[in-house]
Amino acid sequence: MIIDREGLDQLISVLIGMGFQVVGPTVRDEAIVYENLNSINDLPEGWADEQEGGTYRLKRRSDKALFGYVVGPHSWKKFLHPPERRLFRANLKGGDFEIIPEKLEEPKFAFLGVRSCELHAIAIQDKVFLGGEHVDSTYKIRRENAFFIAVQCGQSAATCFCTSMNTGPRTESGFDLALTEILDNEHHHFIVEVGSDQGNAVMEKILHRQATGEDVMEAKKLTEEVAAKMKRTLDTTNIKELLYENLEHPQWNDIADRCMSCANCTMVCPTCFCSTVEDVTDITGDHAERWQKWDSCFTMDFTHIHGGEVRASTKSRYRQWLTHKLASWQDQFDSSGCVGCGRCITWCPVAIDLTEEIPKIRDSENQITHPGNEARHEIP
Amino acid sequence: MKLPISDPMTPEPYIVKQFIRETHDTFSLDLFPKNISDSIAFQPGQFTMLYAFGVGEVPISISGPAPMQSGLIQTIRKVGKVTEALDQLKNGDTVGLRGPFGSAWPISAMKKRDIVVMAGGIGLAPLRPALYALFDQRDNFGEIALLYGARSPKDLIFTNEFKTWQEKFGIQVKVTVDTADSDWRGNVGVVTTSIPRVDFDPKNTVAMICGPEIMMKYSVAELKQLGVKEDRIHITMERNMKCAIGFCGHCQFGPAFICKDGPIFQYNQVKHFFGIREI
Ligand SMILES: Cc1cc2nc3c(=O)[nH]c(=O)nc-3n(C[C@H](O)[C@H](O)[C@H](O)COP(=O)(O)OP(=O)(O)OC[C@H]3O[C@@H](n4cnc5c(N)ncnc54)[C@H](O)[C@@H]3O)c2cc1C
Ligand code: SF4
Ligand code: SF4
Ligand code: FES
Repeated sequence: MIIDREGLDQLISVLIGMGFQVVGPTVRDEAIVYENLNSINDLPEGWADEQEGGTYRLKRRSDKALFGYVVGPHSWKKFLHPPERRLFRANLKGGDFEIIPEKLEEPKFAFLGVRSCELHAIAIQDKVFLGGEHVDSTYKIRRENAFFIAVQCGQSAATCFCTSMNTGPRTESGFDLALTEILDNEHHHFIVEVGSDQGNAVMEKILHRQATGEDVMEAKKLTEEVAAKMKRTLDTTNIKELLYENLEHPQWNDIADRCMSCANCTMVCPTCFCSTVEDVTDITGDHAERWQKWDSCFTMDFTHIHGGEVRASTKSRYRQWLTHKLASWQDQFDSSGCVGCGRCITWCPVAIDLTEEIPKIRDSENQITHPGNEARHEIP
Repeated sequence: MKLPISDPMTPEPYIVKQFIRETHDTFSLDLFPKNISDSIAFQPGQFTMLYAFGVGEVPISISGPAPMQSGLIQTIRKVGKVTEALDQLKNGDTVGLRGPFGSAWPISAMKKRDIVVMAGGIGLAPLRPALYALFDQRDNFGEIALLYGARSPKDLIFTNEFKTWQEKFGIQVKVTVDTADSDWRGNVGVVTTSIPRVDFDPKNTVAMICGPEIMMKYSVAELKQLGVKEDRIHITMERNMKCAIGFCGHCQFGPAFICKDGPIFQYNQVKHFFGIREI
């Protein structure tokens, strides 16, 4: 199917009419972020983004493309796994207290403009919050209610490496609708792939025309070109073993000399899921609340136990982060924890780039393999 | 869609039936659920998250029921803000509790074997229900030896039960302290110094160890040297915990989430990461 700009505008209003809160890319504070959309006028028309290690810049395009940029500092996790939520309240009555469970909100989001790597990131967080013995009900309800409109990438940023992670640029599943933006001198329209029954039902309410085989070919060609042009790569061969065997590699010290433990990389990462809790009481001391908030393995007290921090040094924190993303994640969730979106590269203030650090560990002559436990546990 | 009424992150209220003073800085709470009719089932080695009103929540191992006590027993050393708040509790007060969580000592897999139990300090707490589980079917096991070490005589817990354990259940108990006072008649030294002083057949031995990492490291090394197999040595790991259900990421230790894959591990499962600084 094909829709024009008007059809896209109609799509937003139809979804709003169905009770969805439509969220998607919009320009704010010189970046493209994900916020509420009321019409296509809220989309970043004619904007492109320029990204490199430590750099993000918006610039004007010569056309009126609505999706002519890639991913920014936000990811959809802020809607599915909110940055903070109250867990419960408690009221004191003498030595006794009562716990008041939190009512579950049931927001219905329609995500417009989800990229392939981002759909993969959501599938990864599904495993964390829904795949185990316990289920995160806040995540579950938001996830089940959500409507996904993907956008097939018409360009990549210099920081993207989704082809190495097998997460893009073309998405084949996991969406209700997927759009490919076609823009040339004569046309500005969107080729629509339908991925679900609900997607089909929504399309029936929108002015559309049938796509020809040629249109579909054109859409495919576009993403193939993006894939072919992608420059950044990461060799993931035996990456788990590589990292597990190099926990004491000198490159960790080298990174630690640059890393500021600012936690930016974890905040922008679409798969990072860590959280902490905070207890608050009011001025009388009779009413308490417990809140869950996003946390990062780079923060000071993340590993606090009585007597000190387990990971006190920046070296150990960066090692934990990268080893988790690329190695232990595989043991935990049977997939990589990285989708190659490049956000951690762009938003690192000192431009630390995992695609440069991994080869340094891989290629170095002086690989210091873990001496093994026999040697390690001998009593002198 | 049917929504769960209570979230796994929301505690249940429990009543402190009895506050038991164990040592100068350690106490036990005998807890009963306020709303649920029957007491919760747990396996030796598991822990709960205890919530002190308005202050915070901490992981604490289940240390009983033991004979003569009836509810869920948790033994706590006062070290910081939450444990200090718990120390202020009185009989009849309320605490919040989630759990039980985590892996258990694999008691049923220990049949016919000799058993060496090594505890450092408060580490005896999660081992006490394991000992009682062994006593329940004493004939199924060979020698049982408890090697217990603490910083000083005044830090020893559960000492009034040792005599029964020795005489009624026929186990060997060896206690050491790092520094003695003038009344101390026992041994001085680290807990590993007791190993040669008890009988067990290393080739047929299962070990359960709980204590500070350094103590477990030397204990594992000595047991291995005697010939105890790595996959029969069980250790407990400790990390910061904010959720206990695999969501918050705080308890990670290599690929393991200590809250759900542990806290009890077979040594060979974690040895690649055990002892690495700041891992
Ligand atoms: C599986 C497990 C079982 C445990 N069982 C027992 C037990 O039976 N008895 C006992 O006395 N102690 C036990 N501990 C240790 C106990 O959880 C800490 O002593 C307690 O969290 C200290 O909290 P605090 O607020 O008093 O100290 P603070 O130093 O003020 O700590 C502040 C916060 O840091 C975290 N924290 C601090 N120390 C630890 C720690 N050692 N482990 C995990 N989180 C920590 C907690 O969130 C705590 O609220 C256990 C720990 C784990 C992981
Ligand atoms: S680790 Fe970096 S590149 Fe990989 S998913 Fe996270 S932010 Fe994207
Ligand atoms: S790697 Fe970069 S973004 Fe991540 S904590 Fe270090 S300085 Fe911050
Ligand atoms: S305590 Fe939260 S993941 Fe283990």
